[in-house]
Amino acid sequence: MSALVLDHVVKRFGALRAADDVSLAIEDKELHAIIGPNGAGKTTLIGLVTGELVPNGGRISMQGQDITDWTVPRRAQAGLARSFQITRLCEGFSAEDNVALAVQAKLGHSFRFLRNARKEPALREPARAALQRVDLLDRADRLVGELSHGEKRQLELAIALASEPRLLLLDEPMAGMGQEESQRMVALLAGLKGKITIVLIEHDMDAVFSLADRISVLVAGRVIKTGPAEAVRSDAAVRSAYLGGEA
Amino acid sequence: MELFIEQSLNGLQLGLTIFLLAAGLTLVFGIMGVINLAHGSLFMVGAYGAALTAAKTGSWILGIAGGLAASALTGFLVEVAIVRRLYHRDHLYQVLATFGLILFFNGLVALLVGRAPLLMETPKALSGFVEILPGIPYPTYRLAVMAVGLTVALGLWLFIARTRTGMLIRAGSTNRSMVAALGVDIGRLYTLVFSLGAMLAGLAGLMVGPIRSVQIGMGEQVLILTFLVIVIGGIGSIRGAFVGSILIGLVDTLGRAYLPSLFKVFLTGSIADGLAGTLSSILIYLVMAVVLVVRPRGLFPVSE
Amino acid sequence: MTDRWKLLRSILIVAAAVALIALPFVAAMLGSTYAITLATRLLIYAMVATGLNLILGYGGLVSFGHAAYFGLGGYTVAILAFHLGEGTSILGFPGTNEALVAWPLAMVVSGLAALVFGALSLRTSGVYFIMITLAFAQMTYYVFVALKYYGGDDGLSLARRNTLGGARIVDAQTFYFVCLALLALVIGVVQRMTVSRFGMVLSGARADERRMMAIGYSPYRYRLTAFVIAGMTAGLGGALWANLARFVSPDMMAWTKSGDFLAMAILGGLTSIAGPVIGAAAFILIESTLSGLTEYWQVIFGPIVVAVALFAPRGLWGMLAGKQER
Repeated sequence: MSALVLDHVVKRFGALRAADDVSLAIEDKELHAIIGPNGAGKTTLIGLVTGELVPNGGRISMQGQDITDWTVPRRAQAGLARSFQITRLCEGFSAEDNVALAVQAKLGHSFRFLRNARKEPALREPARAALQRVDLLDRADRLVGELSHGEKRQLELAIALASEPRLLLLDEPMAGMGQEESQRMVALLAGLKGKITIVLIEHDMDAVFSLADRISVLVAGRVIKTGPAEAVRSDAAVRSAYLGGEA
Repeated sequence: MELFIEQSLNGLQLGLTIFLLAAGLTLVFGIMGVINLAHGSLFMVGAYGAALTAAKTGSWILGIAGGLAASALTGFLVEVAIVRRLYHRDHLYQVLATFGLILFFNGLVALLVGRAPLLMETPKALSGFVEILPGIPYPTYRLAVMAVGLTVALGLWLFIARTRTGMLIRAGSTNRSMVAALGVDIGRLYTLVFSLGAMLAGLAGLMVGPIRSVQIGMGEQVLILTFLVIVIGGIGSIRGAFVGSILIGLVDTLGRAYLPSLFKVFLTGSIADGLAGTLSSILIYLVMAVVLVVRPRGLFPVSE
Repeated sequence: MTDRWKLLRSILIVAAAVALIALPFVAAMLGSTYAITLATRLLIYAMVATGLNLILGYGGLVSFGHAAYFGLGGYTVAILAFHLGEGTSILGFPGTNEALVAWPLAMVVSGLAALVFGALSLRTSGVYFIMITLAFAQMTYYVFVALKYYGGDDGLSLARRNTLGGARIVDAQTFYFVCLALLALVIGVVQRMTVSRFGMVLSGARADERRMMAIGYSPYRYRLTAFVIAGMTAGLGGALWANLARFVSPDMMAWTKSGDFLAMAILGGLTSIAGPVIGAAAFILIESTLSGLTEYWQVIFGPIVVAVALFAPRGLWGMLAGKQER
């Protein structure tokens, strides 16, 4: 069964077709990259998968379950985790607090009023484990505002991992990173590959071609090609529409 | 039937008066992103300015000029001194600061003019009645108020739809940085819009003067009606403000006029009176609640 | 957080607690009943502001209609006492003058109103939320103005204070301590709530709503719960106020009262437990001092409120704490 299926999905903004009859099947435990020039509709696609946007047509399903009409929190509860292109973290909270919130969401008991959540091992231990996985444990007590850009991106990943997702949606995780930080992120993602299903949206072509099992190319709201890295790289249509400009 | 026509006209007149306030408030919010509680104070300033000038000079035309000038000038000063600093602040602080302004203006009027309500006479030329339909006389003054309200609504529409400044206002409410990029001094545009809104509020205040009395706190009652209108119409939408104003004006006036007799059909005297009194005073809030359930962003939501 | 600030903070809190406990004795020695009434008002306002701060400071929800819940609490107490006096019943129940019945009931009534109004208002956000909470409060105000049976505009007087477990609370000093104990309880509960799982979600949704939804939370439910808790706290405050003033009127629900509560919470400093108490104290001190000076005290008070909004957004406690707390 596919981890995520988009079936003839359409999203219009006025006259613009930001998603134009998109069909995609992401396989279980696959690392699937989506690339495309700016304005190709990558952000729209993420919105549609996470539930922030409602499609004008088509269906979306996760693990065989139709989630088209589900809200954002419901999809998250069902195992969809994401990172944001522009970092979104709870300012004023520590790194560990941010991850613990994701753990708490996963546990599902948030209507507890009197016990100090910062002293609950059930929340803090998994949170620290997730920070450990992204090499951020030594920054656990730092407030979000005190973290560097690269550390914030790692924290985003830790939050996504803490909820033990079935499907991880990464929206340009390397955006704005220096070369060294990028390499760390690539190493982190390589370590996750094969363990969970990952949809990676990224501009960094080296990272994409080194990590992805398969790649889909999005141009003007349409998927023009899906296939393994080599097939995509050598595809004539892809080259003329997109890669050609850079090659 | 005569009563119904008269009450409907009263409702329209109330609605058009509220529109003058709602238009300014919704523009100020739509363009500058500021919630201005002190808008009601500008309404009050207009009324006091007109009442005092008219009493001093004996001329109601000078009174109108005085009221407009007082409210526009007050609006200008408030924008330059305080509101300007609130544009990029959290709504919480906008609420607090403009709440402080209300306290200040109410205290100031008490200090300068006293707490006793002022009476404002209806201008002699407008003090008669006009037979709008055979056998149905209606006060000329109220008709004049409606005419002014409609004229302003039309003028605002033309101003916003047809002039360059109006174009900037429309653009500014959706895309501030673009307007700034056009090389327009956005600060001056804001001051202009705020002062204009203040003057419209003052106009509403001075026209209400002869119908109700001019007193401290008059602004706050009408401010809350204005909020209802804006919530119903959709924040930032002049059209929404117009439709919402007329709706609220009619519902409030007709509700108060007809609910008691309607209730007496089903219930006996004192219970009917009590219920009808309560219900008619909260009817407009219930209308808002219904609109909110059906369309949380108002009837004419402004896209972001 | 430095150790020096922690120490200073502890000292300040202990000093405040000692002052609040000693106050009625000092007032009694000076023979000042006015001081003790003023101090009781402070406690009640502090309680309402503490509840409001839960939604305002931690939840980031600018409710401009908090006076409605304050007034409903007061009216619950007054109406129950009124029916006891008349020997009539309300909705099939007899009236009562017993605090153990009336005060929890006041909280229930205010909480239910907050549930209904909150459920509708929270469908929106930002400026809409501010205007709608204000509108619902104003609606409640007009309902009580129209309720001639309970005095309408003129309000209702209470013949005597509620009894507490059958015992009468005659003197002002005892009532002060009842209020102080309840305030301590409210502060304790709210403080724990802010660091509980619930409080973390509430604060998280203020910090970044989209992020919280992306990890699986529906902020609405948490906000509504907080709104109801704040409403219930205001209801208890209103019940105490009715006992202090032995009088309730629609003025308790006036929109200016909502503004006052808002001003107190911000004046003291949001997102701190001490803030609302300090804010209420500062508010009462300024108000009573200025109104003693001149009948036009609002001319001075208004600009002070404006200045706080413009120049001291973090409030008195925030200025004191500097960078130590945020």
